Amino acid sequence: MTKLIEWLTVFGCIFCAWAALVTNKIENNFTKQYFSVILYSPIIFVVLFGVYAAMVVLYRTFTFNNCEEAAVELQKEIKEAREDLSKLGFKFKKRSK
Amino acid sequence: MTDSVKNKYSILLPTYNEVENLPIIIWLIVKYMTKSGYDYEIIIIDDGSPDGTLEAAEQLQKIYGEDKIVLRPRERKLGLGTAYIHGIKHATGNFIIIMDADLSHHPKYIPEFIQIQESKNYDVVSGTRYLGNGGVHGWDFKRKLVSRGANFLTQLLLRPGASDLTGSFRLYKKSILEKLIQSCISKGYVFQMEMIIRARQFNYTIGEVPIAFVDRVYGESKLGGSEIIQFATGLLYLFATT
Ligand SMILES: Nc1nc2c(ncn2[C@@H]2O[C@H](COP(=O)(O)OP(=O)(O)OP(=O)(O)O)[C@@H](O)[C@H]2O)c(=O)[nH]1
Ligand SMILES: [Mg+2]
Repeated sequence: MTKLIEWLTVFGCIFCAWAALVTNKIENNFTKQYFSVILYSPIIFVVLFGVYAAMVVLYRTFTFNNCEEAAVELQKEIKEAREDLSKLGFKFKKRSK
Repeated sequence: MTDSVKNKYSILLPTYNEVENLPIIIWLIVKYMTKSGYDYEIIIIDDGSPDGTLEAAEQLQKIYGEDKIVLRPRERKLGLGTAYIHGIKHATGNFIIIMDADLSHHPKYIPEFIQIQESKNYDVVSGTRYLGNGGVHGWDFKRKLVSRGANFLTQLLLRPGASDLTGSFRLYKKSILEKLIQSCISKGYVFQMEMIIRARQFNYTIGEVPIAFVDRVYGESKLGGSEIIQFATGLLYLFATT
C-alpha cells in the first residue's frame, strides 16, 4: 500500500464518520448538543495542526545546532593538511580567487 | 561480531570542480582510517572537471599509493547517480561509503559509522543532521527554516524510519546498495531520498550517526535554486509510489 493510499483510506474513513454525524445519520443527545463543534471540527483540526506544525518547525529551527566547534576544528585540520601534503610533495594549484 | 571475515570499506568520492577540497578530504580520510585501522580504498570518480581535479587526484595517488587511491574518471559531467554506479563497479570492498568531497562530510565520522554498523549489523548507516549532536554550520535562519520545514513534511508524509533523507553521507553493505540503486528511478537530489525510502520498503535495517555538516568552504555549489522544486516533486513522487 502506498503512502498516498494509506492517507486516502484514513481520511476517507474519518470523512465518512464526520459526514454521517453532520447529516444526522447518527443522532443522539451528544451529537445534538455539540452539533456546531462537530460541524466545524475539520477546520478546527486543520488550524490546530497548523499551529502545532509551525511551533515544532520553529522550535527545531531555533535549536538547530550551529556546530561552531566543528567548523573551527575543520579550519585547523585544513591548515595541517596543507602543511603535511606540501611536505609529502603535493603541489597545490594556485588559488584562483 | 566475527573477525573471521575481513571487512573492507570502499569510499566513493564523486568530484566535480573540487581541486581545493580533494587533497584535504583525502588527507583527512587517510588520517582517520589509518588511526582506526580499518581496511579501505578511496575511489575518485571525477567527471572531467575543468579545474584540474583529476591532476590533483593523480598526485595524491602517487603519494598514497594505487591500492588506497583508485581513479575512475569519466569524460564529462554525467551526474551524481551514475557516478555512484560507476564507482561501485570498481569497488573491491564489501561495504561502500558514499560521501561528498566538499568537506561538508567529515571523515572523522566514518569509524563511528562502521562501529554502529557492526553493533547491530545494520544494512545501511546514515549520517543525520537532525538528531543528537548533529547540526549544520554556515546556514542562515531562512535555510534552517526551509530545511526543518521540509524535513517535518517528509517525516509526516513518508515516515521513512530515518531522520535525514536528503543527506548523502552513508554506509551501505555492497550487495544492499547494488539492489537499492537498481530499484531507484530518480535522478540527482531526489535519488538520496529514494534510496532510504526503498531501504525501508525492503525492510532493510537503518542505523544513524549524528553529524556536524559544515557548509562547503571552497568552490561553488552545484545544486542551486531548483533544489526546492526538485525536493517537492520528489516528495510527491515517493508519496504516491511507495
Ligand atoms: N562525478 C560527479 N560528481 C559530482 C557531480 N555533481 C556533483 N558532484 C560531486 O558530488 C558532491 C556533492 O555535490 P555538491 O555540489 O556539494 O552538492 P550539495 O552538497 O547538495 O551542495 P553544496 O554543498 O551547497 O555545493 C561533491 O563532491 C561534488 O563534487 C557530477 O555530475 N559528477
Ligand atoms: Mg555539498
